[in-house]
Amino acid sequence: MKRKGLLALTSVAALSLVASLVTTTSASAAVNCDPFSAYKGMKGKSVTIFTSILEPELTTLQTAWKDFTTCTGVKIKIEGSNQFEALLPVRVKGNNAPDLAFIPQPGLLAKLVDTGKVKLAPKSVVANVDKYWSKSWKAYGTVKGKFYAAPFGSNMKSLVWYSPKQFKTNGYTVPSTWTEMTDLADKMAAKGQIAFCGGIGSGGATGWPATDWVEQIVLRDHGSAVYNGWVDHSVKFSDPRIVSSMEKVAGWMQNPKWVGNVKGIATTTFQDAGKGIPDGKCMMLQQASFYGNIIAESGATISPTGDAFAFYLPATNAKVTVPVVGGGEFTAAFASRPEVVAVQTYLSSATFATSRVQLDNWISANSGVPLAAYKNPVDKLSATYLSNPKSTFGFDASDLMPAAVGAGSEWKEFTAWFGEGKSIADVVKAIDASWPKS
Amino acid sequence: MSEFISTSIPKFTSVLIAISAFFVILALLFAIAGRVDGKKTRPVSLAIFLGPALLLLLAGLVIPGARTIVFSFMNPDSNGWVGFENYYWMTQDPNVKTIMFNTILWIMVVPLFTAALGLLLAIMLDRIKHESIPKSLLFMPMAISFVGASIIFKFVYEYNEPSEVQIGLLSSIVKFLGFTPTDWMLAKPLNTFLLMIIYVWTQMGFGMVILSAAIKAVPSDIVEASALDGAQGWGLFRNITFPMVKGTFIVVLATGVVGALKVFDIVRTMTGGNFGTNVLANEMYSQTFVQFDQGKGSALSVVLFLLVTPILIYNIRSLRKERAH
Amino acid sequence: MRNSKLAEHNPGRKIFSSKIATTIVWLITLVWTVPTLGLFVTSFKSDKKILNEAWWVSLFNPDFSLDNYKNVFFGNDTESLGTGILPYFINSIVITLPATIFPIVIATMAAYALAWIRFRGSDFLFFSIFALQVVPLQMALIPLLLLFTGGAHIGSIPIFPALGIAGDFAGIWLPHTMFALPIAIYLLHNFIASLPRELMEAAHVDGANHFKVFRMIVLPLAIPGIAAISIFQFLWVWNDLLVALTFASGTEEVAPINSKLASLVGQYGSGYTQLSAGAFITIAVPLIVFFSLQRYFVRGLLAGSVKS
Repeated sequence: MKRKGLLALTSVAALSLVASLVTTTSASAAVNCDPFSAYKGMKGKSVTIFTSILEPELTTLQTAWKDFTTCTGVKIKIEGSNQFEALLPVRVKGNNAPDLAFIPQPGLLAKLVDTGKVKLAPKSVVANVDKYWSKSWKAYGTVKGKFYAAPFGSNMKSLVWYSPKQFKTNGYTVPSTWTEMTDLADKMAAKGQIAFCGGIGSGGATGWPATDWVEQIVLRDHGSAVYNGWVDHSVKFSDPRIVSSMEKVAGWMQNPKWVGNVKGIATTTFQDAGKGIPDGKCMMLQQASFYGNIIAESGATISPTGDAFAFYLPATNAKVTVPVVGGGEFTAAFASRPEVVAVQTYLSSATFATSRVQLDNWISANSGVPLAAYKNPVDKLSATYLSNPKSTFGFDASDLMPAAVGAGSEWKEFTAWFGEGKSIADVVKAIDASWPKS
Repeated sequence: MSEFISTSIPKFTSVLIAISAFFVILALLFAIAGRVDGKKTRPVSLAIFLGPALLLLLAGLVIPGARTIVFSFMNPDSNGWVGFENYYWMTQDPNVKTIMFNTILWIMVVPLFTAALGLLLAIMLDRIKHESIPKSLLFMPMAISFVGASIIFKFVYEYNEPSEVQIGLLSSIVKFLGFTPTDWMLAKPLNTFLLMIIYVWTQMGFGMVILSAAIKAVPSDIVEASALDGAQGWGLFRNITFPMVKGTFIVVLATGVVGALKVFDIVRTMTGGNFGTNVLANEMYSQTFVQFDQGKGSALSVVLFLLVTPILIYNIRSLRKERAH
Repeated sequence: MRNSKLAEHNPGRKIFSSKIATTIVWLITLVWTVPTLGLFVTSFKSDKKILNEAWWVSLFNPDFSLDNYKNVFFGNDTESLGTGILPYFINSIVITLPATIFPIVIATMAAYALAWIRFRGSDFLFFSIFALQVVPLQMALIPLLLLFTGGAHIGSIPIFPALGIAGDFAGIWLPHTMFALPIAIYLLHNFIASLPRELMEAAHVDGANHFKVFRMIVLPLAIPGIAAISIFQFLWVWNDLLVALTFASGTEEVAPINSKLASLVGQYGSGYTQLSAGAFITIAVPLIVFFSLQRYFVRGLLAGSVKS
């Protein structure tokens, strides 16, 4: 007991030291506190957030809400972990939940809502979401008709990474239709180049990039209705439409002419897959908007004329306009103290989204964010597609499906499909059989 | 920096207070209980020596273990009974067959190999000069965090197309010897054995250090005496040293079996359990924490628990035999 | 001292195997160390080079830099607070010391009781404890958290107080202590049970009670075993991530160094550079502990105390 008391005392002293440091430095910076006038009387309170977002984005987030902390006095303690999906349910069930969590899978959100520990979204958050987000984005944060979690960040998955420098050297142009893309791949193959890079290895999550590829084609070939039916299993994996899309994926990412060693895709990690793009080891990779960070790890520049950049994965069916597959996080609350509500409200506002977007490497589907705010060209490109009213949007299907499929059999079977040459017929049969009965 | 120091000091103070409090309480208990005599001596001694351990085990492992058994008869969210459905699923799912086969392979091969190699090294280390240098190097893999080890073995098992440069050690050696390397993690059933090598590499130091400690405990006058009697080399080992450390060898073996049963991070990072390499503990983790099926995950843990019973029976038997002598 | 004496007495034994043994040991040591050497070389390479050049080639074609270590220590962001991983390093030490000492002491006591205080069912109890090793600790996380946050009740009668230590260092020490007991008791029992019976009996005849025997005979004689097992407990706690992240959190106040390294890698990155450098930073402390405990692994503590 005594030990705890001592610990608390010294940490309070340390905290106040930090607090005084923060206030003195901020006083000189002259922050405009007008946007935060709604959040008053919470000085000295703190809010904990748990997320799967890691460095350096974690630091950037803290920079983005620095003004909020300065003006309101609410300290936000954020913790990121690569074990987020496993740890959050454990902490929630063990009554050790954080105040807020950024959840990337609507399926996981639904699971947590079942525990009864997730708070309904407060009115101020509902107002923000109704104002700034589309109905479908609100629906992903809704469980059994009740709205819980406001969208946070987004990512855009319908991109193909390539090297503008390599394209220039070889005299290639960025394709704008599916046929142009396949023709280009043939041209590359004729030159002895590997047209498409691929890697679906990801430790315990091996297989997820393959689920993304199939999602791209299902949405492109058949549009929203079939895509949504596929998500809720009213359209089965064995449905001829899904099978035909998978055959298209096989003709694309399992085409030895274009990808070289097909089976190697199963053992190459998705991170390693695209690192050869700047050097022309392989020419194109279908991956999400965040992938630029990975290519940049080896010192490549990401720009429309640089070592790497991305183009929009073309549509396959004229009837489906601007198909876009994307994902995102949702802010769930496990506490309803006023300061938690304040942070939750602030994070769902356009003020926050704009200040975060200005700092690079982030996309928001918040309509209050002006496109001009984006600094990063890939983010801007992604945001253009996400905010296009003509877009046919599909949220990452495997994140919406029950975890037994979307984080289980689908990963496993698709990995066997690539790595062990398992037939599409056997793959879809096994996945359909694993769909939970209730 | 001053902030760093001001937050670190209370941390160390708390450690100091916690450890001293722990020993003060212990010393007090020993002093008070030491005064008890007569009939109550034995129960009081038992309570003090064994009580804390049993209490902690009860809260930390027995209750959670029992809870797991209960959950194995419930649905994914543990809010409805399903009878034996989770066990029935195991008999039906084709993947589970591979999982069981691999798990049994792991517990048959890995512990024996690890313990035998550990024993061999412990004996030889006992006889060489500058023992501590090779011993520390052999121990080092144990100290490397698993993330470190997984990168190490990525650069052992990495495979590239023959046209490209090989950055994997194994592929390069194979190529150097004039053979064609292959994509190791896809090569069934070799891949499982390659994963086992990682385990042996990281865990061998355990058996070596424990057995080495046991060998050091063999009184040197015994060795001396028998050496003077003419016992040498293999004979000395078989007749004197091994019988003295046999108990420890079995302990290392049994610990190895439990370790091999629980192995999951190696499989998880290297193959994700794909390509026919999956094992029970990895599937249990996936079911419970990735697919959120507490029922199936618990049923798999129960099977894990059952698999250890043969060793348990063997241990009890050998102890009885020892007593009988 | 006894070693040299032994060698004098027994030149045959020394000659017999020292040459072969030395060769074999060093050969195995070489094989065992090569992969680690690979990681070591990798830790000085840039991300691009790591994937494009085999590490043994880099050895002859050196283009090494300390950037990876610099990034791990201070972060690659100039904006960050400046102390880098240091607070996490402190946390690791603060977590590991009690989480090693507590279970080892408690387990030594329990092992002594199981080995030398006979009572009905002691064998059964011993093997049940052994079997508890198999309980996957992942399965124990939620019930333990509930215990720490809410206590235990039968009906409305509290039988275990809500400790409220989740999130505190004590909340990490306690689970580590619990989870370590089965294996520690099992291993220590082996060492303690093999102590010579004559010694114990003689002590009891002299009027020593169990507490005295434990302090005066068992503890000193079981030191090599205790030292060996302490090393492993130290390692397991040092390299643990799951327990720390479940019972505390990943924040600078309590999180161990591993959690910081994991988050440095970034969400999607492969993190070869940070992880390989980080692996060598974290390995330093366990190796120091191993070296410093080496002196307890000595021959002959028991010598002379037993009539063969």
